[in-house]
Amino acid sequence: MTKEHKTGAEIIWKCLEREGVKHVFGYPGGAILPAYDALQHSSIHHVLVRHEQGATHMADGYARASGGVGVAIATSGPGATNMVTGIATAMMDSSPIVCITGQVGSKLIGSDAFQETDITGITLPITKHNYLVTHANEVARTIREAFYIAKSGRPGPVLIDVTKDAQQSSCEFDWDTAAPQLPGYRPDLSPTPDEYEQAMELIHQAKRPVILAGHGILVSGAGGELLEFAEKAQIPVALTLLGLGAFPASHQLNLGMMGMHGEAWVNTMIQEADLLIALGMRFDDRVTGNIKTYARNAKKIHVEIDPAEINKNVRVDVALVGDLRAVLQELLGELEPCQHREWLDYLKKLKGDSAVRDIQNLPDSGHLYAAHVINDLWRTTEGKALVVTDVGQHQMWEAQYYHHENPRSLITSGGLGTMGFALPAAIGAKVARPDAEVWVVVGDGGFQMTMGELATMVQEKLKVNIAIINNGYLGMVRQWQEFFYDRNYESTPLLNPDFVKLAEAFGIRSTAVKQRAQVVPAIQAGRQHDGPMLIDFQVEQEDSVYPMVAAGADLHQMIRRPGVLVETAADE
Amino acid sequence: MLNTFVVYVEDKPGVLTRVASLFRRRAFNIDSLTVGRTEKPGVSRMTIVVDTDETGARRLEAHLYKLINVLLVENVTAEAAVYRELAMIRVKATAAQRSHIMDLVEVFRAKVVDVSPDSMVIEITGTDDKIDGLLHVLEGYGVLEMVRTGRVAMRRGGKAANGASAGADSAEAAPTPGTISYSV
Repeated sequence: MTKEHKTGAEIIWKCLEREGVKHVFGYPGGAILPAYDALQHSSIHHVLVRHEQGATHMADGYARASGGVGVAIATSGPGATNMVTGIATAMMDSSPIVCITGQVGSKLIGSDAFQETDITGITLPITKHNYLVTHANEVARTIREAFYIAKSGRPGPVLIDVTKDAQQSSCEFDWDTAAPQLPGYRPDLSPTPDEYEQAMELIHQAKRPVILAGHGILVSGAGGELLEFAEKAQIPVALTLLGLGAFPASHQLNLGMMGMHGEAWVNTMIQEADLLIALGMRFDDRVTGNIKTYARNAKKIHVEIDPAEINKNVRVDVALVGDLRAVLQELLGELEPCQHREWLDYLKKLKGDSAVRDIQNLPDSGHLYAAHVINDLWRTTEGKALVVTDVGQHQMWEAQYYHHENPRSLITSGGLGTMGFALPAAIGAKVARPDAEVWVVVGDGGFQMTMGELATMVQEKLKVNIAIINNGYLGMVRQWQEFFYDRNYESTPLLNPDFVKLAEAFGIRSTAVKQRAQVVPAIQAGRQHDGPMLIDFQVEQEDSVYPMVAAGADLHQMIRRPGVLVETAADE
Repeated sequence: MLNTFVVYVEDKPGVLTRVASLFRRRAFNIDSLTVGRTEKPGVSRMTIVVDTDETGARRLEAHLYKLINVLLVENVTAEAAVYRELAMIRVKATAAQRSHIMDLVEVFRAKVVDVSPDSMVIEITGTDDKIDGLLHVLEGYGVLEMVRTGRVAMRRGGKAANGASAGADSAEAAPTPGTISYSV
C-alpha cells in the first residue's frame, strides 16, 4: 500500500470518503478552518446549516433515514456547545452520528483561549465515546474507530475534537495501518443455549403473550424476522414510539403504539398478558407507567444488545443479550407454530369497544382537529411518506393516526423529546433519501425553535413539505396544565408570526388551512408543487391527546376520550 | 453492601474521568477508588469499592463494560480475595506517651515512620477493619491527621483476574474478557 504525505485536515476528508460518507452537515469557524480549506479537494458535499444544533439533527435524521452514519462538523467553543442538544438526542435514541469539532491549538488547551471549551468533558455522558486529537498521525485511526463505535453494537454518537495544529501539521497517511485498536470494546455478545431454551419454554407455554417491539428492530434490520416470528407464534405486536414501522400497521396482529398515549386496547393487553417478549426496547417510563403495577402477571423475556438495559427498569425472567436479528433467527429455528385464538378474540373485543367511529367519517362540525389533518395526510400520501415529527401533541397524533407500514418511515425524537428536531432532521433524511416523499409534522412551538434551517433547505434545493399543526399553544404543556394544574395556562399561549409570509420570505410556497374541506387540497398542492411547501394548519386550540396515562399512573388507568368525536378506527 | 470491583483499563488520558463520571451519572456513590500501573505496559488497574445491592452491582458491571477504554471488570465481592489498604496516621504523642503508642503499634503490626517532639506518624497496612481498629485505640491520644489509600484487592489462589496463571507467560497475558452472564 502506498503511503501518502498529508495534513491532518486532508486526512479527515480522506478517511470520511473511505468510510463511505457522501454528505456532511456543518458550520465553519476559526478552529475548524484548516479542515474547511481542505474540503475543496474532497468529493464530499457539505451542507451549510444555520445553527450547529441543526447540523447534529440533520446528521441524526440522515442516519435514521439511511441506516448509515451521519456526520456533523463545527468549530470550537460555541460551535461545539451548540451541538450538545443534538448529540444528547442521538444518544438517547441510539442514533449513529459522528461529530467533528475544531479545537484551539494543543499548546493553548487549558488556557481559556478564544473559543476554547472542554467539549470532550461536556459531552462525556452524552456520547458513546469521544476523542481529543492533538496530532495529525492520530486522525486516521480515530476516525476509523469513531465510525466503528458509532454504528456497531448499540449505536450512538461519537465526537472527535481535533486541535487546529493537528489539522495543520502533516504526516504519512496509510489507511490500512490505521485500523481500529479497541481491545475493550465488545459489541458482539450473544446468548447461551441455556438462555435460548428458557426463552423458548416460556414462549411455548404462554397463553396471553404480547410482543413489545422497539427501535432495535429497525436498527438491527429485523423487521422480516419479527413478522415471521409473530405470525408463526400468533402473538400480537405492540410498538414503542420509535418502533413504529417495525411491524406493518395494517397487519391483523398489530396492536399499535403502547404507553402513555397508546390506545386502550394496547395497554390493556400488556397489563393482562402472561408473557411479554421485549425486542429491542428499554421499558422507558413513558411505556410502563407505574413500574410496580406493570404487567404484574407476565413473565418477561428481554432481547437487547445492551447488557446495561437488562433489569434496569423492569426485572425480567430471561435476558437474551445480543443482536436482535441474530437472536430472532435463532428463536425462529426452535419455534413451534402456536395458536392464541381466545387471546386474539379478546383483542378484537377490546378494539371494538374502543373504536367507536372513524374520524374520517364524522360529519364536519366546522372544527379542524389535528387528528383530521394527520389522518388525511396518511390517506393522501397512501401511508408511503417519510414523516419526521417534532415533540408534543402533534407527535402523538401522528403516532396514532399515521399508520406506518414500513421501517424507517417515521423519524422522531423519542428519548430526549427534543423540540426543534423535526425540520433539521427532515433535511438530513431528505439528503439521505432524495427519492422519498418527506413530510415534516411539527407544532407551532417547536417549529420556531429551528425554523432558521428553512434557509438551509432552500439553499440545498430540497423538496420537503412542512405541516405545521398550529394551535397557538405549547399544546402538550397546555394539556398537562389543563389536566393537572387547574387549567392555569401559564406561559403556554403563543403569539405566532404569520407562517405563510414567513415561508414566502424564504422563497417557500405556503398556504394556511382553517377548514376541514381545505386539508386534502392543500396536501395535494404540496405534493404536486416541485419545490417545498409549508402548510399552516390552524387547528382547534384546546384539543388534547387521548387516551392518556398520567405520568407515574398505572398503565391501565387511562384518561379516555371524552366523546366520540376523535375516536380512532380499529385497523380491520 | 460493599461491592469491590477490579477494573482493568487502558492507560490513556481521561479514563479515570470516564469511570468516575459513570458512577456520578448513574447515581452510585464511590466508597473508595484506587488506580495504578499493572504488570502490563499500557494497562492500569482500578479497585473500586461501592455501596450497592446485587442488582446495582450487575448494572454497574454492565455499564463499566460499555466504556470503550475498559478492558475487564470483575466483581470480587463474592470471591475469596485479599483486601489491603495503607494508612498513615499522625497522632499526638508526648515523650511519656511514646512507648505506650509504640506498644499498640506493635500489636497491630504497624510501624512508626516519623517521630517529632509532640507527635508521631504511624504507617499501617491491612484490611479496613484492622486500620479502623488501630484508629480507634489511637483516638484517645488525639489523631491530628490521617490519610488512607483506599482498598486494593487481589483474588486468592492460582487464578489471576486477567486470566494469567503461573503456567503461562504472565508478562504476555493481556486482560481478556471475562465470561459475562446476564441470566437472572
